[in-house]
Amino acid sequence: MNDQQAEAIDFGELVQSDRVHTSLYRDPAIFDEEMERIFKNTWVWVGHTSEIPIKNSFVKSWVGDKPVIVTRDKEMKVHVLLNRCRHRAASICEQKSGKTSVFVCPYHGWSYALDGKLRAVPHSKVYGEDFDKEEFPLISLRTEIYNGMIFATFRDDIEPLDDFLGPAKKWIDLFMKQGAGYPVKVLGEHQFTFDGNWKIQLENTTDAYHFPIVHKTFLDSLDSETTNIFDVLGQGGWLEDLGNGHSVMVMIPDLVDLDENLDAPIPERFEALAQELREEGHDEDKVRRMVRAVGGGGFNLNLFPNVACSMAFFRVLRPVKVDQTEIRHIAIGMDGGPDAANRVRLRLHEHFQGPMGFGSPDDAEGWERVQRGSAAGDDLWILVNRGEQPLEGHAAGEHVTDVSAETGMRAAYDMWKKVMTA
Amino acid sequence: MEKTATNAISLDEAIRFIWREAELLDTQDYAQWLDLWTPEGLYIIPIDRDGDARIDQLNVAYDDAEMRAARTKRLKSGFSMSSAPSARTVRLVSRFVEEAGDDGSLTVRAAQQVVEYKFNRTRLLGADVTYRLVRDGDRLRLDHKEIRLLNSDDSLWGIGYLL
Ligand code: FES
Ligand SMILES: [Fe+2]
Repeated sequence: MNDQQAEAIDFGELVQSDRVHTSLYRDPAIFDEEMERIFKNTWVWVGHTSEIPIKNSFVKSWVGDKPVIVTRDKEMKVHVLLNRCRHRAASICEQKSGKTSVFVCPYHGWSYALDGKLRAVPHSKVYGEDFDKEEFPLISLRTEIYNGMIFATFRDDIEPLDDFLGPAKKWIDLFMKQGAGYPVKVLGEHQFTFDGNWKIQLENTTDAYHFPIVHKTFLDSLDSETTNIFDVLGQGGWLEDLGNGHSVMVMIPDLVDLDENLDAPIPERFEALAQELREEGHDEDKVRRMVRAVGGGGFNLNLFPNVACSMAFFRVLRPVKVDQTEIRHIAIGMDGGPDAANRVRLRLHEHFQGPMGFGSPDDAEGWERVQRGSAAGDDLWILVNRGEQPLEGHAAGEHVTDVSAETGMRAAYDMWKKVMTA
Repeated sequence: MEKTATNAISLDEAIRFIWREAELLDTQDYAQWLDLWTPEGLYIIPIDRDGDARIDQLNVAYDDAEMRAARTKRLKSGFSMSSAPSARTVRLVSRFVEEAGDDGSLTVRAAQQVVEYKFNRTRLLGADVTYRLVRDGDRLRLDHKEIRLLNSDDSLWGIGYLL
């Protein structure tokens, strides 16, 4: 898009306190501007430290539509590098993850260390005396880590990650308690694309309203005790705006802090696991802690713009085109924990998530239906006005709203507006 | 025992069974499909194409009898947006190779192409499939089926039917 076109769009008009304009899902010019104004101007989640556990390990990722490699160099320092050769732009890494001490560009053989430094250039004499390798490292983004979550930004002058996350940090810490005393580790991931705008997914992570409708068949597949646990609208949960576009949706208040209520009876569906762990020799306290944590936490923490700590997994979105988005559902478990417990976590993840889970395909279908329906009128609005009034006398505070309120969406769109009009 | 008097399964018999299974899946006759299985049988769609410890890995599907029953019930319930209606499918299974057999069982490798269609969109899923068949009286049963999609470790999409 040229600057004139961008200037012609009044981004501030398109997002109002209770509604957003349909063109936010459909206009390719808006999408291009989002890639610049949002994804190149804020902290973007790129990976988890357990994906690069040892020196010289790497994993590919994205910052918006820009391909990056997340690396750990030989000093154990983490880097986020653009996956683009400084010579004539070839991608230097097409392996999803792995271990190497050097990336060699396949085109003319320039080689780079894992900290991005250009190490060698074949037949470099031809460049002449004044060619200085130090001038052409891989572009390295500013990188900061909070509790294992790695974020990168193109901007050197924005606030530190700590400040960007703000009150969300407390919820990240709570989320990581599902390690049950072990470090949290990535166990694998489901990936799928849907034909719809990325913000439809951003909204969905903070949408409890759809759960009993869209996920009826998931709920029907559970035993009655577990069905009650997943009665997400009926347990006094809440939604809270955490600032900077972040929000938390508490669906199961009892599972906010996994270190609490360890004396509660073990749910029937985890009784076999508890017994197996006891037989492996774990003491009752530890068994209870692991069993309580194995199904994940009771909340979705939505972090603007691209990641959520969603009950038991990381949910990551990648905008591909205005009407196409890639989703990753990253399963996590206990690093060094008992296989039996991690297996239960894997099976639970497969049950709901991924291309053939009992939940995700219905979500994806719903999101595609939003994109298809939005073709019916660019002059119409998307309503995000549900549950504007704070709950009276709620234990979580004066400013929280109903669990099925669209507060998280309003928080995200507020931030969208702030960044897009900055 | 004489070879002729054994329960050995011929490749021809296996292929007829596999084609019948393919038709049951395309016509979504899931009740009949469930009946093809042994009680201990596993239906697995891995993500890692090379691994073998599926139980300790994340898979697209890792179904024992209980999960198969729950999955087919869900797909037929009428309440799942992605499978009511689901995509229509047509599948071809071919390139059969006998792997290992003993008295009463046979493992067969094959290639599978599934074409799906829904809402103006036609897509293709290619896979290597391994079947372990066992003899049970006068019929065969499916004891293991592993579907290794070509793109299992890349982005897929919501799949509202069975592979
Ligand atoms: S493009 Fe990488 S060496 Fe030429
Ligand atoms: Fe959902």
